[in-house]
Amino acid sequence: MAKLTIAREVCKGCGLCADVCPKKLLALSGEINSRGYHPIAIAEQEQCIGCAFCARMCPDAVITVEK
Amino acid sequence: MAIVYEKTKLLTDKPLHYCPGCTHGIIHRLVAEALDELGIQDKTIGVAPVGCAVFAYDYFNCDMMEAAHGRAPAVATGCKRVNPNNIVFTYQGDGDLASIGAAEITHAAARGENITVIFVNNAIYGMTGGQMAPTTLPGQVTTTSPYGRDVNHCGYPIRMSEMLATLDGPAYIARVSVHDVKAIMDAKKKIRKAFEMQIAGKGFSMIEVLSTCPTNWGLTPQEALKWLQENMIPQYPLGVKKEVE
Repeated sequence: MAKLTIAREVCKGCGLCADVCPKKLLALSGEINSRGYHPIAIAEQEQCIGCAFCARMCPDAVITVEK
Repeated sequence: MAIVYEKTKLLTDKPLHYCPGCTHGIIHRLVAEALDELGIQDKTIGVAPVGCAVFAYDYFNCDMMEAAHGRAPAVATGCKRVNPNNIVFTYQGDGDLASIGAAEITHAAARGENITVIFVNNAIYGMTGGQMAPTTLPGQVTTTSPYGRDVNHCGYPIRMSEMLATLDGPAYIARVSVHDVKAIMDAKKKIRKAFEMQIAGKGFSMIEVLSTCPTNWGLTPQEALKWLQENMIPQYPLGVKKEVE
């Protein structure tokens, strides 16, 4: 099982990571961070395969992937 | 658990000021990762441009310098010649490099100056509000070409990589894109290769990276990546344009 850590305060909610996720696990959260963006969130952590596509696509280096 | 991917230490913790979905952030990260992997942080000097990337000196965790508009290759020439052991790179946009800095980049390339240029081409002036750039595509709508770029009036876009590849000076020139993960991995490989050429003393290297400007193109980040693939890549074909042995 892989684990994603998302730097919520740095995320700008562009959603590019969600598009490249092969499992489609990522979606914008309903919450708003201190900079006014909806940060990305992972729905089912246990489904993540740790491919790190999301982290490589992220323009703001928000995502850390562990496996 | 082992780390599969984390933010490189060659980027500072300062949040990037770029618009949401702007691929400048990806390109910053690729350059930082290449410097990190090559272990050249302590002897690297980056030269920031004028344009959206004007604050690049805040984001890279190596020595940085700010150049006047378009003059980054000239400043980099100085940094390199004073101490040839330095690894020197410039990070420039298309307005900076292809327009006001066209002379500096051309002559730095012609001299075969042993520096690395990261050229971010998004076919528009981003920072100043989306005006037409020398790289704007025919028919592309910008604030200064509201009916689309008319090539009979404004001329044709310049393919900088192909143009500079005709010179004898450059050692390595390639054009890459960052529209998907595969392209990003390829871009990283070529950026690293450009720095390796400099380390080996081969001479001038430039990587042109096709980039998006969702804000000034008037598209969502997702639509912008699609627009890049469908419109920019046919105009600016990817690949290695010049490589010396």
